[in-house]
Amino acid sequence: MKHLLRSASLAGVAAVALTLSACGGGGDAAEDSAEVAPTDAQAEITYAIWDENQKPAIDQNIKDFNETYPNIKVTVDLTPFQQYFTKLQTQGESRTLPDVFWMNGPNVQLYAANDLLEPVTGLVDAGEIDPSKYPDALNQLYSFEDTQYGVPKDFDTVALWYNKALFEKAGVDLPTDDWTWDEFQDAAGAISDELSDQGVYGVVSEINGLGQSSYYNTILQAGGEVISEDGTTSGYDSPEAVEGLQLWADLIADGASPTVQQLSDTKPNVWFGSGKAAMLWSGNWSVAEMKDSPNKDDFGTVRLPAGPEQRATVIHGIGNVVAADSENKAAANAFLAYLGSEEAQRTQAEMGVANPAYTGTQQAFVDSVPSFGIDVFVDSAEDMAFPYPISQNTAAWNALETELLPHAFSGERPVEEVAQELADAMNEELAKE
Amino acid sequence: MTSVDRSPRAGVVAPARGSAPRTATGGAAPRGPRHGYDGWWPVLFVLPTMFGVVLFYLWPIVQTGYFSLTEWGAFGGQTWVGLENYQRLARDPDLGTAVVNTLVYTAIVLLGIPIAMFVASLLHRPGMRFTAFYRVLYFMPYVAMPTAVAMVWRLIFNGDFGILNQALGVVGIDGPSWTSTPGFALVAVSVVGLWTSLGFAIIILSAGLRTIPPELYEAASLDGASAWRQFRSVTVPLLTPSVFFVTVITVINGFQLFDLLYALMGQANPAMQQTQSLVYLFYNEAFLRNDKGFAAAIAMVILLIVGAVTLLQFRMQRRWVTYA
Repeated sequence: MKHLLRSASLAGVAAVALTLSACGGGGDAAEDSAEVAPTDAQAEITYAIWDENQKPAIDQNIKDFNETYPNIKVTVDLTPFQQYFTKLQTQGESRTLPDVFWMNGPNVQLYAANDLLEPVTGLVDAGEIDPSKYPDALNQLYSFEDTQYGVPKDFDTVALWYNKALFEKAGVDLPTDDWTWDEFQDAAGAISDELSDQGVYGVVSEINGLGQSSYYNTILQAGGEVISEDGTTSGYDSPEAVEGLQLWADLIADGASPTVQQLSDTKPNVWFGSGKAAMLWSGNWSVAEMKDSPNKDDFGTVRLPAGPEQRATVIHGIGNVVAADSENKAAANAFLAYLGSEEAQRTQAEMGVANPAYTGTQQAFVDSVPSFGIDVFVDSAEDMAFPYPISQNTAAWNALETELLPHAFSGERPVEEVAQELADAMNEELAKE
Repeated sequence: MTSVDRSPRAGVVAPARGSAPRTATGGAAPRGPRHGYDGWWPVLFVLPTMFGVVLFYLWPIVQTGYFSLTEWGAFGGQTWVGLENYQRLARDPDLGTAVVNTLVYTAIVLLGIPIAMFVASLLHRPGMRFTAFYRVLYFMPYVAMPTAVAMVWRLIFNGDFGILNQALGVVGIDGPSWTSTPGFALVAVSVVGLWTSLGFAIIILSAGLRTIPPELYEAASLDGASAWRQFRSVTVPLLTPSVFFVTVITVINGFQLFDLLYALMGQANPAMQQTQSLVYLFYNEAFLRNDKGFAAAIAMVILLIVGAVTLLQFRMQRRWVTYA
C-alpha cells in the first residue's frame, strides 16, 4: 500500500479514499477527520501561502491535483510573510482560517494548543500520509503533545557558504566538511586581515534577527540548547549557550565580521552575494538568491564547522496544515495528502523553489545548481540536524532575542550578562504558557 | 490688531445663531418662525457620517478601552484583569523611551513648518516662475508610500555604501550607520519624516498665503515697510490660522509614527529598542509578542496623550493665532 502511495498512483489514492468512506459507514462522515473526499467530490477550498517565488510550483501542484479531483477548486491566497501570521491570527480568532495553509515551527504549537488545527493522525492511520517519509525532526516540529498536526512540505538546514575566489586571493585554504570552530575562526580572521583594504570581511551571518542561520547552531555545537526539550525553560543561561553566543561576539571584536550595525544596514546575504564577505552561514533558502549573484561561479557550500561538543545544524521546514474549522474538511484532507505526496514534492524540487521534505525527492533540488554542492544541506539533515527551538508562544521570546542579543554581539555588554537577562525574561514568558 | 480682527468673525457667527434683533430687523427673506436652530434636520444630514464615525471610530475606542482591562488570549477570550495592564505599563522602561522618542521625532518634524513657511512665501512671490512645478516637486514625497520613501532613504543612509557617508567621506567625516546606531537612527527617521511632511505644510500654507489681500502689502509698502517687515507684520500674523492647522495635524501624525520607522529600520535592528515610538511599542506588544490586552492599554495611553496635546494646542491658540 505504501508503495502504491509513494508512486503516487492516483488510483491507489482513490481506492484508499473509497475504502475509507466505506469503513466510516458513509452518511455524515464529513466530520470524521480521517475522511478524504471521493475523487468526484465537489468543493471549493482555499490554500494560504506566503512565498511568491513558490507560487508557480503551487499552481502546478493544484493542476496535477485536479487531474484526480477535477471538481475541487483550490484558490491560492498569497500574503507576504511579514503580514502572514498577523492575518492568520485574526482569521484564527474569528474562526475563518483558510482550509489548508502553510505553518511554521514558531507558530504551530500556538495554533495546535488552541485547537485550530486538524490532527493528521487520521490520515496517517488511513495510510494517506506516511510520516516515516519525512525527516524525523520535522515530524517532531509539527507535533504537539504527541499528536502530529502538520505534513512537512520542505526543509531548511544551515551550511557554510564560501567564496573560492576570495579564499584564493587571501591565500587561505578552502573550507572542508571536517572543519572545527578554530579552523573556521582562523580562516575568517586571516581573510579579514588580508583583504580589509578592499572592504572584504571573513564571515557574515544573520545575527540581528532570529538565530536560525547563526547562533542557534553554535549554541547546539557548543552542547547547549536554546530551549529545554520539553519547551518549559530557557537554555540561554548555560555556559554552553554563552560559548555559542561568544563565538559571534569574538568574530565581530576581531574584525572578522562586520558589526551588528553594518549587518543591519546591509544584509548578510548581500555582503556575501556581492563578494564583500568570504563566508556566509545560511540555509538552503539562500540558493535561489545566490544563483542570481554575479559571483555565483565562485560559491560553494560545506557543512557547518564542528563545535567544542558536536556537529549540529537546526532544521526547520514549512508544514501544510488543515484548519479544524474547515467546512470542506474532506476536500482539504485530500489536498493535504496530495501536497505531502512524493509527486507533489518532486514537482516543487524540479521547479527549484524548495528543498522538499519527502525522502528521495531532494536530488532534483540539489541538481538545480550543481556547482554549489548543495547536497550538504540534505546530508546535514540526515546526521547532524536538531529540531528548531520552539514553544507554545515562540514569538514572545523571539522578540526578546532580537531585542537583547545585539547588545552582546556588539561587545556593548558582556555576553554572559545579556544571556542571563535573556534567560530570565524568556523563562517569565514561558511560565505564562 | 488681534481684537480688531476678531470682531468681524464674531459678526459672522452671530446671524448663523439667529439672534433675535437680526431676525426682527433684516426681514429680507422671511422663512417662517425659527427657534434659533433648524430642528432635527441638521441631525438628519449628519446622521450618515455619524453612523460611520461611531461604528468605525468611537465604538472601537470604547472596545479598546475595555480590552485594555483584560488579558487577551492568543485567539480571543478575554479575562478581566482590572488595571493590571496599566500598572505593568507604568513600570515598563520602554514606555518612557518611546514617549521621549516620539516627542523628539515630533519636535524635529515640527521644524519643517518654518521651513515650509519660507518655501511657501518664496513660491508666492510675484513673478516667480514654475511655481506649479515646484509645488508638485515638494508635494511628491507626501503622496509617496512611506515604505517606498523608506527604501530609498535606507540606501542613502547605509553606513558602508550609502551616498550620505560617501559625501561626508569627501570632507573627511567618517559617518555612522545612520539607521542602526542608537541616537543617529532617531535623527535619521525624523529627518525623513520632516522631508515627507514638508509638501503638505507647503500646500496648506500656500493656500493660506493666497487668502491674504494684496492691498495689505500695498498699504504696508506705502507706509515704508521693508520686505522683511511685511513678512513679519502682515504675512506671519495672517498665516497663523494655517500654521495652527498644520501644527495640529503634524503633531497628531508625529504621535502616530510607525510605518516610516518600521520600514526604514526594520524589525531586527540593533537600535530599535532605543529608537522605538509609541505606536511601535504597541505593534511590538500586539503583533510580535501577542499580548493584545497590554497593547490595548498602550493604545489608550497614546489616545490620551494625543488628546491632551491637541486640547492644549487649542487652548494655546488664543495666544498666537490671528483670525482675519
